[in-house]
Amino acid sequence: MGGYIIKRLISAIPVLLGITIIVFLIMSLIPGDPATAILGSYATPENVAKINRDLGLDKPMVQRYFIWLFNMVQGDFGRSYSLNRPVIDEVLERFTATLVLAGTSFVLCSILGILAGVVSAARQYGWADKAITFTVLIGISVPSFFLGMMMILLFAVNLKWLPVSGMYAIYGGGDLWDLAKHLVMPALALSAVATGVIARLARSAMLEVLRLDYIRTARAKGLPERRVIMGHALRAAMVSIIPVLGIQAGFVLSGSVYIEIVFQWPGAGRMLVDAILSRDLLLVQGGVVFIAACYVLFNILVDVAQSLLDPRIKT
Amino acid sequence: MHFLTLLFRNQLAALGAVVLGAILVAVLLTPVLPLQDPNATATPDRFLSPFAEGHLLGTDHLGRDLLSRLLHGTLLSLGVGVAAALIAGIIGSAIGIVAGYVGGRTDNIIMRGVDMLMAFPYILLALAIVAALGPGLLNALIAVAAVNIPFFARNIRGVTVGLAGREFIDAARLSGMSHTRIILTELLPNVLPVIIIAMSTTVGWMILETAGLSFLGLGSQPPQADLGSMLGEARSALITYPHVSVIPGLMIFLIVMSVNLLGDGLRDALDPRLRSGALSRPRAITLVEREDEVPAATDDLLAIQDLQTQFHVGDRIYRAVGGVSLAVRPGECLGLIGESGSGKSVTALSVMGLVSSPPGVITGGAVRFQGTDLIGARYEALRRMRGDRVAYIFQDPLSTLHPLYRVGDQLAEAIRSHHKVGHKEARERAVQLFEDVRIPNAKSRIDNYPHEMSGGMRQRVGIAMALANDPDVIIADEPTTALDVTVQAQILSLLNDLRRDRGLAILFITHDFGVVAQLCDRIAVMYAGRIVEEGPTTAVLERPAHPYTKRLIACVPELGGGRRELAAITGLPPVVNDLPPGCAFAPRCDKVRADCKHGEIALAGPGARAVRCLYPEADLQKGEETTA
Repeated sequence: MGGYIIKRLISAIPVLLGITIIVFLIMSLIPGDPATAILGSYATPENVAKINRDLGLDKPMVQRYFIWLFNMVQGDFGRSYSLNRPVIDEVLERFTATLVLAGTSFVLCSILGILAGVVSAARQYGWADKAITFTVLIGISVPSFFLGMMMILLFAVNLKWLPVSGMYAIYGGGDLWDLAKHLVMPALALSAVATGVIARLARSAMLEVLRLDYIRTARAKGLPERRVIMGHALRAAMVSIIPVLGIQAGFVLSGSVYIEIVFQWPGAGRMLVDAILSRDLLLVQGGVVFIAACYVLFNILVDVAQSLLDPRIKT
Repeated sequence: MHFLTLLFRNQLAALGAVVLGAILVAVLLTPVLPLQDPNATATPDRFLSPFAEGHLLGTDHLGRDLLSRLLHGTLLSLGVGVAAALIAGIIGSAIGIVAGYVGGRTDNIIMRGVDMLMAFPYILLALAIVAALGPGLLNALIAVAAVNIPFFARNIRGVTVGLAGREFIDAARLSGMSHTRIILTELLPNVLPVIIIAMSTTVGWMILETAGLSFLGLGSQPPQADLGSMLGEARSALITYPHVSVIPGLMIFLIVMSVNLLGDGLRDALDPRLRSGALSRPRAITLVEREDEVPAATDDLLAIQDLQTQFHVGDRIYRAVGGVSLAVRPGECLGLIGESGSGKSVTALSVMGLVSSPPGVITGGAVRFQGTDLIGARYEALRRMRGDRVAYIFQDPLSTLHPLYRVGDQLAEAIRSHHKVGHKEARERAVQLFEDVRIPNAKSRIDNYPHEMSGGMRQRVGIAMALANDPDVIIADEPTTALDVTVQAQILSLLNDLRRDRGLAILFITHDFGVVAQLCDRIAVMYAGRIVEEGPTTAVLERPAHPYTKRLIACVPELGGGRRELAAITGLPPVVNDLPPGCAFAPRCDKVRADCKHGEIALAGPGARAVRCLYPEADLQKGEETTA
């Protein structure tokens, strides 16, 4: 097992390098002179020359890439000019907030989605199945940002159950309970689509498995139906559900950008959008690479979980 | 046309089509409708409610007419979404087809790149592209399209690789067609349905994505507005004037939902695997719909009485088991023999309610264990008997054992679901059972997974599992068919020993007379869902009475029997949803006479023997007298 994990980690290195190359290439798509783009109306020849020197833009592209890469490996992601602080500090701080939100959503959508799918499959064509299928259809069609806004209207403004936005109350907040209250709505809104997708997949995976011979064997030996469904069938269905959980984690992370805007959540997604609007390209570049790298590592975890679950995978 | 009927048989897809159609009509009529200028501001009329005079849906924060902005915004959102889907679909498919067709190194390099692009969350890529190109609707469109190219490339490449190795492509290549021509005239038409399905399932997603980027302020820029930027602008007044947010939000929801419904319907209509609709519902117990009287109890250990099991598929009814009666006593082995599809497995599975439902329904008769009717039994009562009193051995041990559990655990579980024993005790018992069925190194073998064992060993596990709770009856459904002859002989002698030692009753299902001769005291021959002949093994084998039995025996090659002609039975067994009146074997029988094709023919005969034939091959009356 240890060898397998090391092997997967090594195989991630070219992927990580590829990501830096892709991001670097996209960033060099910027039409015209980047210094002018950054400076806007302050683009006097002296300022442009200074920026070019400061950011190393006067060097050839390949050299620039390696300087950037080398600095990143050492933990130096450059300096955000709009916030005037190191990119890595800002990214780490904001990404922690994103992790709280996206992590909660991911746990929520995994549990709710799999449960819904299992119930749906076990009661195929029953009322529970129909109700779940209908809810799922709505869940995967509603834009998360619209769902979030409607939740604010209902639960925060009309019912006054939950705070409207933010991560902590401005006065007197800061404890775990405060965080939980602030987390409920954004986490639910963010998990809606992924829950629907996972529920759909879990349902069809379960139906597929429930028709197999070894389920008949489990029943023939007199296992209680609960054990047949939650043990034998779900265990086998998980083999096809887990890879999709990995993909959905990416979607949850992506969706957090919208949810962070709607709920004023101080996360990395909002940071990226603000950085784009203020043309703070080093912050965009560093943030994208950092989050992408975290996601790649997360996917290795998913693969390891998969190999633990399925003894037929050679590790 | 057939395709359209299929699509619209799906009511939800039809609903999606209607909603989407209505939206499209409204949007296309926008230029000719008497609408106000969507960008004309009127500050005094800010935030008018819906149904205000002159503004059906009210106005926004600049006093602009919401209805007009909604329709223009919808047109823009739809257009951008569809354009993104087309661009991503065309470029992605082109990459996929080329990679799949050319193969080799090109394929490898392209797919590495695609994997790389799919390795991180799509929005990061989209944001990076927008960051580089600057905010704007066109740039948002490019970003969304670019992000989805890898998805198409990977899907289409997979399909193309499958097609590229097929004969018709080789033929085209040999006939001297150019690569471009092969791709365009041979590959593309075959890949097109997949491309269309992929596009239809992603177009809703792309509409949502571009709306999302606009919502963030990175897409369409004021005063131009698509649905996303309308929602984004309205957000600041969400609490005071919610209608300005609700209206564009609902529109996005309606569009995406109807596109999703239509896409699902399209996929179902085009995907033949889903179209068959033959998916069975996985109920824990077979459905029972008995109308006739339940036959009275007998003193047999296990008695199947006039059992009728049907499969209801659509309007058709398949009578898989059409009134079968069988009985076994303790220590007895009864062989049930017949061709595939004769209903012998369904008979066996009906005993413990294991026929999958739907389509399976038990419509008549009874199965009695020590006099108690199992067909009418409640689920929990039946479950307690499953594996405990009546156990099964199934045919293919690779598919009938759970691939992800250790065999020992599967065995222990069988014990623990009927007896309150600890893990350790169950494990010891499992080792003992493995030794009973002569698995070498039982102690280490119980920690194997099924895929780590050979076929013969796996079948022994299946037998050990059946023996786990010391049952009274074992139903063995072709337990040796998947095994080679030497292993088969070992398994049979093992079963025979167990029967002698434990007084087990065995119902042994097979299509092999050789196996029956070794193991069974009595045999019953099944054809088209009914018993056609029954009697002691040697008597039936030596003097078969039913023409079908005789022909079946003639099919068995005999070792050392010299050059004997193997007589295959011509024709196929009848389809059981449309049985002819009279004898079901009549169409294939070479001794058929006119009266074979009318009326009910009874299963009758003296003593232990019985046959369902008007003109039996052997005179049972005489035969029984001479043997007696």
